[in-house]
Amino acid sequence: MSGNQALENELLPNLFRLEYSKMTAVLCRHFGLKHIEIAEDIASETFLKASEEWAINGIPENPIAWLYTVAKNKTKDYFKHLTIFEDQIKSEITTHAIQPELDWDFPQQTIADSQLAMIFAVCNPANSAEAQICLALQILCGFSIEEIANAFLTKTETIKKRLLRARTNLRNDKFQIRALSKTEIKSRLDTVLKTLYLLFNEGYFSKNNNQLIRKGLCFQAARLALTLTENPLTNTSQINALIALMCYQSSRLDARIDDKGETILFEEQDRQLWDKELIDKGNYYLVNACNEYESSKYHLEAGIAYWHTTSTDENKWQHILRLYNQLILIEYSPITALNRTFAFAKVYGYENAIPEAEKLNLTKNNFYHELLGYLYTDTNIGKAIDHYEKAIQLTKSKTEKQTLTKKIEKLNEKKISNT
Amino acid sequence: MKEFALIFRLNKESDAKPSPEQIQERMNWLGSIAAQNKLVDKGNTLSQVSAKTVRADKVITDGPYTEIKEFISGYLIVKTETIEEAVELAKANPIFKIGGNIEVRELVKLYDSK
Repeated sequence: MSGNQALENELLPNLFRLEYSKMTAVLCRHFGLKHIEIAEDIASETFLKASEEWAINGIPENPIAWLYTVAKNKTKDYFKHLTIFEDQIKSEITTHAIQPELDWDFPQQTIADSQLAMIFAVCNPANSAEAQICLALQILCGFSIEEIANAFLTKTETIKKRLLRARTNLRNDKFQIRALSKTEIKSRLDTVLKTLYLLFNEGYFSKNNNQLIRKGLCFQAARLALTLTENPLTNTSQINALIALMCYQSSRLDARIDDKGETILFEEQDRQLWDKELIDKGNYYLVNACNEYESSKYHLEAGIAYWHTTSTDENKWQHILRLYNQLILIEYSPITALNRTFAFAKVYGYENAIPEAEKLNLTKNNFYHELLGYLYTDTNIGKAIDHYEKAIQLTKSKTEKQTLTKKIEKLNEKKISNT
Repeated sequence: MKEFALIFRLNKESDAKPSPEQIQERMNWLGSIAAQNKLVDKGNTLSQVSAKTVRADKVITDGPYTEIKEFISGYLIVKTETIEEAVELAKANPIFKIGGNIEVRELVKLYDSK
């Protein structure tokens, strides 16, 4: 494979991730939500054309500008055909509400505004919170149905059905891609925050090994979140807490993956690789978030992430456990339950934490078995290996399987040297 | 799943102001139930001071209703398959260290849909 081809193979999927949703949002300004499929088709065709032409002619100097020029021309063509169709064939049928504005451009501001409006449009209260999030991941983030299913630990069939229903509601909505009103923001901000939170997590905890794509997703989520702080109506205590959380987590993006793409556990990370600048930014936004008498799951999670950035405080794990105790009361999730138990183990010892962990009874969750494998490592090698093996069976991630296999190998060596 | 109220009772003599360690213990207990996804409602702590009891003929007395030397200090609601499981959850509560007790009562649901 030539260097150029390699670059192209990397570049196009990344550009697709970053630009496809933006392009759809901008195009929706012209087509309206009712015809979002047309906008999506044009965006898809644009990327298809890019993959064909770039393979032959190489990557253009400014790929994004190239993409938008193609999208613009395709839209013009679409309206031209539509006019012919409407004039000559379909004139007796009522014309639909598409407003062509042929004198249009794609300045940064328009793209940002369109995407913000699109987020709020997608988070339509007519849909369940779950459906809104699925839709947001698909339309705003270019997620495949399988990736969404992974993020929610749900079957792909369920997600497909959910999206089908949600899209119908979205099309029937009167929401327009334009500057947002106070009421629109108020009723939809919670879901928007949750969507950004999940988008960030999809990048941060992604099963995808490509560090560039993961970073791209985290960056997308953070950028969208920062856009919200630019509008006084959306610059709330919660969004600041969410950004703080994103900064703290992002500060470890380089430290938590090694050069082979394997996950490095928190305790084994090289702290020199933590991004100090991002930690400082996290502190800045966390202080902003604490201006009001308000707490939320984002505040608690940002607090937990803050304590993770400190290595000196001896009461660190007690603080973390306290925050997890509060977090689990706000919202149950298996991961929070498992993380809480890990913090419990750090404060009260691994042996005391084993019954706490077993009470969770999440036997179909690979992280449950990973935690128990970890807790049993010093006291019962046999049980530790059993749990790690179950975790290997349950996880879909290749890198995780590798990491776990290594752990079992180490435990087996220990077992032999003990006898 | 059935739902059960856990009703906490404290002795009048027991110290009303918990230490930070006691608070941490309680939070750990509550966190553990929530981590098992068995918490329905984290309930409330009830004030011992700001309390009045209203009796027949509109006789109002200060303080909580205490025929015996106990008062209700709080409540919460859990969900478990059986009452025995709810009792197991209650057993781990640190209230017994300070002479309190816990009443476990199933919630009566009039329109139970199966």
